[in-house]
Amino acid sequence: MSHDHSSSHDPSHVDHNSPEYIQKTIKKYLAVGGILFGGTVLTVAMYYVHIPSVFWTVTIALLIATVKAGFVAAVFMHLSDERKMIYGVLICTVFFLIGLMGLTLWAMNDFPFFTLVDGKPA
Amino acid sequence: MEIPYAVKPRPDTGLYNAKLGIWLFLASEVMLFGGLFSSYILLRVGADLWPHGMVSIPVGTFNTFVLIASSVTVVMSWASLKLGRLGDFKKYMALTIACALGFLGVKSFEYHAKFTHYDVWFKDAATAEKYFKAAYGEEKGVEAARKLFVERFHLHNTKAVYEANQVQLPGHLEGNPLFATHRSLASAKKETFQFTPDAPFGTHDHPKPIEVKLSDVERLSAYVPKHSTYFAIYFTITALHGLHVLGGAIVLAYFLFTANTWWKKNPEQLANRVEVGGLFWHFVDLVWIFLFPIIYLL
Repeated sequence: MSHDHSSSHDPSHVDHNSPEYIQKTIKKYLAVGGILFGGTVLTVAMYYVHIPSVFWTVTIALLIATVKAGFVAAVFMHLSDERKMIYGVLICTVFFLIGLMGLTLWAMNDFPFFTLVDGKPA
Repeated sequence: MEIPYAVKPRPDTGLYNAKLGIWLFLASEVMLFGGLFSSYILLRVGADLWPHGMVSIPVGTFNTFVLIASSVTVVMSWASLKLGRLGDFKKYMALTIACALGFLGVKSFEYHAKFTHYDVWFKDAATAEKYFKAAYGEEKGVEAARKLFVERFHLHNTKAVYEANQVQLPGHLEGNPLFATHRSLASAKKETFQFTPDAPFGTHDHPKPIEVKLSDVERLSAYVPKHSTYFAIYFTITALHGLHVLGGAIVLAYFLFTANTWWKKNPEQLANRVEVGGLFWHFVDLVWIFLFPIIYLL
């Protein structure tokens, strides 16, 4: 969105506040809206097609969701052209998110101490 | 005192303060929903039985379209401000808020349907089969109930053993009460209740109501969080997401209703405020993009 790149005094930068630039981005927003609608239709269609493999069903559904989320983040949230500080924040977030999810799932088959299964320690 | 760097970017970050602030906040939100998504995966993979088809796909799809439309309108409202078109900003922002209210309206309709839909567990196999026959007919009753169980838990290819008293008989109580329980019916001194079972799998032919003795019932629960792990995590995640939609809608409505004042005072700051509110709104959409397939389709 308003990156205020115009105020960076860098002549190589496009003025992100100019009406011409905003008009161009509006076309992009509408195109991405169309892609998101299409992606949703595709996701639902995949459900009704019914793929026998659970692995592929989950993979395809999450892949489509990731592509849709990528468009929202890159275009609507303007991450395709953002300041380094924001990328730094997001890299840290991804690192900790992977840690959070990874450690949780890693512990999936762990039993708490003193758990008994059929009368024996697990 | 004037808040510094509300319009101009800070020299060190290259960003106005609110923008850095919202991104740090969104980072914490990613961790919040990430924790819940991990919990969902953990609970689902660890569960012996996980129900399917408990939520309406057309309704979820409709709500997905509504949120996507709102993401387009909120970014258009910001672009309108950048182009100096206050009227267009108001139009797009009003549409965004209408979408938010539409989403919440549909969600509350979905929740109400869950709160008035019940499962009944019977005390033993013989009692359960007696009611299955009463519900679906003497000959096909047990098979119809078994089919509902098998389809709900996708047991076609598993070795799970069918036991009649494990089978929940789904349906509606007389008068469609909210949140009724075995205890609440017993407290009301009811010895029996009228129960309309759901239609057999693949049909829309609702059976006639049956009379159920409370003493035959092991458990009675509406589709509320305590019903099962599935509904516990379903309501936790979707309600938290719904609260985000509500919070976002209130903030965006505030921007809409104070737009004239801000436009006269400082149009750049208004645009920045809308940008920050919009970033939050896109995040809410982004969470739903993952929630929809996980909750409704998989």
